[in-house]
This record gives sequence, structure tokens and C-alpha cells, in this order.
Amino acid sequence: MDGTRSTKIWFRPFPTFFHAEGPMANPLLEMRNITKTFPGVKALSDVSFEVTEGEIHCLVGENGAGKSTLMKVLSGVYPSGEYTGKIFINGVEQNFRSIRDSEKAGIAIIYQELALVPEMTVYENIFLTNEIRNGPLIDWNETVKQATELMKRVGLDVNPAAKIKTLGVGNQQLVEIAKALSRDVKILILDEPTSSLNEVDSENLFTLLRQLKSNGVTCILISHKLKEVISIADKVTVLRDGHTICTMDAHAQPLLEGQIIKHMVGREIDNIYPKRESKISDEVVMEVRDWGAYSSALGRNVLKNINLNLRKGEIIGIAGLMGSGRTEFALSLFGNPDKYRVSGELYVKGKKHEFSHPNQAIKAGIAYVTEDRKGDGLILIQDVKENITLANLRELVKGAVVDQNAEIRVAEKYKRDLNIKTPSIEQKVRNLSGGNQQKVSLGKWLFVKPDIMILDEPTRGIDVGAKFEIYTIMNSLVQQGMSIIMISSELPEVLGMSDRVYVMASGTIAGEFSIEEATQEKIMNIATN
Amino acid sequence: MSTATTTQNSKQTSFFSNLRRVLQENVREYGMFIALFAIMIIFGFTTKGTFLSSRNIVNLVNQAGYIAVLAVGMTLVIVIRHIDLSVGFLGGFLGAVAAIGMTRWNLPIYIVIPMILGLGILAGLIIAFLVAQLGIPSFVASLAGWLIYRGAILVVTEATGTIIIPNEGFNAIGNSFIPEIPGLTFWPNIHKLTLLFGLIGIIALIASEIRSRKNKMAYNFEVLPMEIFVLKLFFMSVLIGAITWLLAGYQGLSWTAVVVLLVVFVYNFITNRTVLGRHIYAVGGNPEAAELSGIDVKRIIYIVFGSMGMLASLAGMLYASRLRSATTTAGTLWELDAIAAAYVGGVSAAGGVGKVIGSIIGALVMMSLTNGMNLMGIGISYQYIVRGAVLAAAVIFDVATRNRGK
Repeated sequence: MDGTRSTKIWFRPFPTFFHAEGPMANPLLEMRNITKTFPGVKALSDVSFEVTEGEIHCLVGENGAGKSTLMKVLSGVYPSGEYTGKIFINGVEQNFRSIRDSEKAGIAIIYQELALVPEMTVYENIFLTNEIRNGPLIDWNETVKQATELMKRVGLDVNPAAKIKTLGVGNQQLVEIAKALSRDVKILILDEPTSSLNEVDSENLFTLLRQLKSNGVTCILISHKLKEVISIADKVTVLRDGHTICTMDAHAQPLLEGQIIKHMVGREIDNIYPKRESKISDEVVMEVRDWGAYSSALGRNVLKNINLNLRKGEIIGIAGLMGSGRTEFALSLFGNPDKYRVSGELYVKGKKHEFSHPNQAIKAGIAYVTEDRKGDGLILIQDVKENITLANLRELVKGAVVDQNAEIRVAEKYKRDLNIKTPSIEQKVRNLSGGNQQKVSLGKWLFVKPDIMILDEPTRGIDVGAKFEIYTIMNSLVQQGMSIIMISSELPEVLGMSDRVYVMASGTIAGEFSIEEATQEKIMNIATN
Repeated sequence: MSTATTTQNSKQTSFFSNLRRVLQENVREYGMFIALFAIMIIFGFTTKGTFLSSRNIVNLVNQAGYIAVLAVGMTLVIVIRHIDLSVGFLGGFLGAVAAIGMTRWNLPIYIVIPMILGLGILAGLIIAFLVAQLGIPSFVASLAGWLIYRGAILVVTEATGTIIIPNEGFNAIGNSFIPEIPGLTFWPNIHKLTLLFGLIGIIALIASEIRSRKNKMAYNFEVLPMEIFVLKLFFMSVLIGAITWLLAGYQGLSWTAVVVLLVVFVYNFITNRTVLGRHIYAVGGNPEAAELSGIDVKRIIYIVFGSMGMLASLAGMLYASRLRSATTTAGTLWELDAIAAAYVGGVSAAGGVGKVIGSIIGALVMMSLTNGMNLMGIGISYQYIVRGAVLAAAVIFDVATRNRGK
């Protein structure tokens, strides 16, 4: 790989003063007192973050801790003015108004969902928006030549004219990195780069990152997988609830997984989880045996060997990291709308079922409240009333028509019961706040009168007050004999609400705890392995 | 509501401020009616009253009939985020098949009409199969249909050219009028049965509006202020009354108008009142959410395209009946006229939005433009330009007012 040293057009020479340690070493990047609020949520609060040139700096924290938001501030996704605080690069203050600005300053960010054009070739993608031109025309020969050199540098051994869609995820990631290198990147940010990679690809990626580091590229790595973090990080910064908790230096003292986890989850469980009197009966309302699912779209098994049961009146929590297969599992139970090839057995109230459409699952007494209420949960252009009644309109039919009075009564009932704050049930759902939209979702599924409710991230993106209301609703539902499967990335929520906890990792159940024995550390340990 | 019960002094000002507010909030809903009204008045002046004559209005309705029927079906297709380009030539082709059925196969009309409607449904289901089952974009699938039916018309009319339809019963659909009530001798030049239907229509409208208003008030919903409500009823009654009067002054309601009214009534009922209608709008509003709500999205696609095919065959028969023949060029550009009518009528390409009534008004607007400009003697070249400008203006208006009001 030494040959690539000669291609200096885009490669920034490695500064010699880098090894100078001590107080004189100025940070390459300094983010000072960054605060970023979304309506109703403070995502970052007074966060400070420093990165020294040539290091691999890992950013860790639970889902929702603010890692991605911080990186979006850095990369100009949230332009200057939408946050407070200052960003310095090499001591010079930066005000990025767009991603373009941050790219110019040498920052490249590679997201979990890769931003490549699948129908274009590798070399076209590498130089997309940064085309090598000869006058007004693209110089394709030079493009291919430079792309080949970049590919050699990142260890990507494919035809530069291959289409992106023919490449595996690991290789696609390498294309992204090559793309970043083509722009003379100073700071390379990788958001969960290994979440969709297998072990070999992950190892290759880390070898490459170490190599780039020795060439002077600074790298910020967001990761959930603490073992990886420990193996590669020079420094680790922990974020929690939008605050910087600490920065640990691997060269000062060895990083310990337990210590990192403690910092990540450190807070006491607040008493925002209302108590309930457990009324769990022995009746098993749902049982899943040897459940697996193969996705022909992804070409791999998304779920395997899942065994799980749910009793009447029980809330089970499903914890796990993003990408661990929780939503896929829920959907595969709920009529399998993504058309996985499903194997295994599903029993609902003692009866074996094979659903081929969500409406069969609904008929069998299952409801699924999606994690993405705007994307596939609600119909935003329709009003509260129409959304609440949608999944069970047939119950309102009188003669051949939908009984409009009955519909209004139903909508008003759920508006009242769930305390949905809206000027009227004829208000369009897109005009409601996140918490109230979530209550509309709940109302919609309560109206189908299910026995089992699957709640996928029921409190994502909503404020504490609305969370409490939703927890209270959940409690009253299970006391009336409903059973709930709650998928959540927030460990305090899992521990605060569940009667039992399953932990998912890599598409399977990696552990099961009774609520008495479950702790955040234990769950994290299993989920991150 | 609150301003409706103000004191006597400010009654006058509150009326106008209420009117302005209501018009602003509902500009999307009423805009189309106002535009149609304005166009009719303008042409009434520029043609020195010819446009608004009984004879012309009857003509206009009969001319607009087949496009109006297509626009109703197209509305639903666009609502579920698809398009169907094949319907023009499909209609033309099936019109020719109907003609052949009556002339060469000597089939009676009561066999021909259901058969053609059935073939239309079948054609729609084929496109739905390509779209729903095989995932082919509807634009491409229906473009293939467009080519195929274009060729099919030529094949069946190749030997004979234009096929003359001798069946008077069939031709009556496009050319005759409903009978008069027998035994009535007063007002010899006025069609009494048409007037009676108009009167029934007005009474039914007022009754249903009052009932719905009472209903809303029982639930403490916002309703129009009383004076505005009365004004709206008055305006709508005058509109229906005027059109009825004009029709009755010639030969009354044509069978074409009856067919169109029937289609509008049935489709309006289905889309607004039934589970099926609500599911169609849900699929258009968010297909993923609809699927997860237990709606079989594929089934909806089959139903909507099937209905489109049926209405295309109906349009083809209306047209053939009106010309008393099947021609080699029947169906040319119908699909685009129907799409334009739907967009003028307020359908949104983003899906989930658009009413059947709006599309009918859209079809009337477009046909009024053609008819009015013909009467004024404006050349066909300028007619296209004006209609294009009106289409663009209607969509711009629609986009600009999308986020206004509720």
C-alpha cells in the first residue's frame, strides 16, 4: 500500500509535530458548549468535545444520548444558528451552513445507511459531486485512474466499473471511505460502521482505520459495540442524555468495558415509571418457537432460533441495539408485511397461526404500534378521527355505510381516555405534537380491541410528560388483561415497565431476565456482544 | 360560531368578515365551483348568450359525458398514487367491439352493454395484476396498454373503416332525452320531468345539508355561521335550479346526463361513505401505514383499476352511441383530458387527496373552455394553449392553497 503515498493530489501530508504530547498539542477539533433543542426535547445540552489530530476517538452512549445529533451539528446537517455553541478546527471558528461547508473544511461523515447511488459504478460514486473535470467535461480516464488508486488505498479489490448494487455492504463502506479520502478528508466520522458488517469485514475495516490513522487521518467512530471500541480507540467520550459524561484516554489507563457501561447508563432510574399491581395469570397468550426469518431482499437470515412466550396481563420488554432484529421480529409476527421466509411456530391463545397479511394478525388479536409513526404508522394528511378508526372501520358499518355518528363517538372516546390534546378530532394528525400523535396511534390500535399489543419504541421522541401518560395507559391496559410486548432502546424504560426482559442481538434472543435480576449492565453486556 | 351570535349593530360587518373567513378557509373546496361559474358567465357575455342557451348547455353536457366518466375513475387511480394511460384507446377499442357485437354478431343491447363493461373490468384487472403482483410501474404498464389498444382499434376497424351502428336503442344513450311525464299539457316548451328531478335534487341537498349541520352541532363541532350556511344553500340551489331550468327549456335531461349523474352519485357515495372508499384514501395517504392497519393494498389496486377499466368501457360506449358509429380515431387523448380534469378538480399527485365531485367540475371546466372558445370562433391552436394555461393555473392554485385552512 506504500505506492499510494505518491498520489498526493488529495492526500494531506502527515504533520510532523503530531507526536508532540502534552499541553501544547492543540486539538484539531474542538466543539464547545454545544446545545441543540428539538421541539420538546433537548437533544444536546452544553456538550463539549475535543479531538486531537491523528487519533481514533470513539463516541459512545445509549440510543438517544445525542451522539448522532452531535455529529450532525459537526457536519453541517444542522446549520450554524440552529444550535448554540462554537466549533473550532485548528483553532479557527467554523460556521457551517450546510454539509458542503463542512466537507470543504475536511469533514466527511459516513452514515449507517450508506449514501451511495446503487445504479452507478464505483468510480462514479467516489467522485460524485466532486467530479474531475477537463474544461466542462468529465475526465473519465483520470477519474478511473484516481479511483483505482483510492481503491487500492482502502483495500477495495473490485472492478472500478462495477455497479454499487453488486457490492456487499462491507465493500460499499470501503467505497464511502474512498470517497471521503478523495476529498482530502481531515476528520472521518463513521456512524455505527460495523452494525451491518460480519466479523471479517469489521476486522478489515478496523485494519484500514488503523492504517489511515498512521497516515494522519483523524477518525471519530460512533459505536455500540464496546469490545470493538476498546480494541481500536485512542480516546473514548461518553455521552448520556445529551451531556458529555467523560473522556477516557486509552493511553493513560486501559479501557474497561464495565467502566464504560457504567458511564453510559449511570443515571438512577427516575420514578417516571408508575407502579402497577401485577395481575399476571398463568395463561400463555402468545408463544413463539424456533422462529426464524430469511429476507430475500437482504439475502440473509434476519431472525433465527427465537423462543419467547407472553402471559396474560404481562409486559415483556425486548431490549437490544439498533439493528439487532427487534422490529423485524415484531413485523414477522404481525402478518409479515415484508414477506420474509418465516420458519418456526407461532401460537396465539393456544392456536397455531400462520399469517400472510397483517389483517389476519389483527383478527387473531394482535396489534402493532410501529416505531416510525410518521413513516408507516399514521396517515398524516388525514384527521384524528379517520386515523383512530382506520384499522377497525368495519365495526362502524351500519347498512352499507360507515356510521359517521358512531365514528365521532369512538374518536371522542379515545381522545378523552388517552387525553389527546387536539383542538378537534377533525384536526389533521400532521399538526399534532409527537406525543399526541403517539396517543392517536395507541387509540387506533386500542379500537381494534386486541389481546396482545406490540409497542415498538412507544416513547421515542416524545417528552417526559407524555411518556408518563403512555406508561400509565400501558399499566391500565395490562391490568385489564391485555398483554404487551414492548420493544425499547431505552434501558431505564425496559427496566421500569417490564415484568420480564428479553435481550436481542444479531437476530436472536441472546438472553432472558426476570425483572428482579435484570440490570442495565447485564443487558448491555449481552446486547453488545 | 362565536361570531354568529353578535349584536344587531355589528351584524352587517360580521356577515362580511365571516364570509371572507369562510371563503379563505375553504378556498380549495369552493374555488372550483367559483371558477366554473366565472367561466360560464364570461362565455355568456362573449358569445352574447349563446353559450348559456338551453341547447348549448345540453350539448355541453353530452359532449363532456365520456370525459367526466373517465375523470371519475382516474380520480381514484391518482388518489392511490398511480396513473392509467390506457383508458382512452381502451374506451375507443371497446366502443368498436360494441359496434361489432351489434352489427356483425347481432347481439341485443342488453347483452352487449354488460359484456363490454365486463371486458373493461377485465382490462383494468390486467393492468392491476402487472402493477400489484409484478411491481411494474403503472405508468409503464398502462403505456403498454395504450399501444396495444391503439393497435387493437385499427385491427377491428381495418376491414370496414368506420362502423355504423344501426341500433337505435344504443344510439339513444348519446342522443336522446328522458321521456316527459305523460298527460301533462301545461308549459308545452318546458320539460316537466326534468324540472321535477331538479326540484327533488334541491330538496334532497337542503335536507342532507341541514341534517349534517345539526349532527355536527350536536357534537359541538365548528359549523358555518347561520347566514353563511343559508347563503351557501341558496347559491347551490340557484346553481342546480338554473342548470335544470336551462336543460328543461330544451329537451330535458339527456340519457348521457343521467348516466353521468348516476356514476357520480354511486362513486361519491362509495368514496365518502363506505369502508372501501376510506380504505382507498388510506392507501393513497400512506400505503405502508394502510398495509400495517390490515388493509389489503393489492386488493385496493385491483378494485381501483378494475373500476377504471369499467368506466373506460362506459366512456367508449357513450362516445360510440353519440356518434352512432365506432371510428378508427376514437379514444385519442381521452386519457390526458381525464387526467387534466382530475388535476383541475383538485386531485393531488402526492396521493390520498381528491374528490369525485371535484373531478366532475374539472371536466366541466375543461369542456366549457373548448365549447365556449368554439362558439367564439377561436382557432384550435389557441384553444390548446388556453386549456394548458388553465390547467397550470389550477394546479398552481391548488399547491398554493394546500396548507391553508384545515
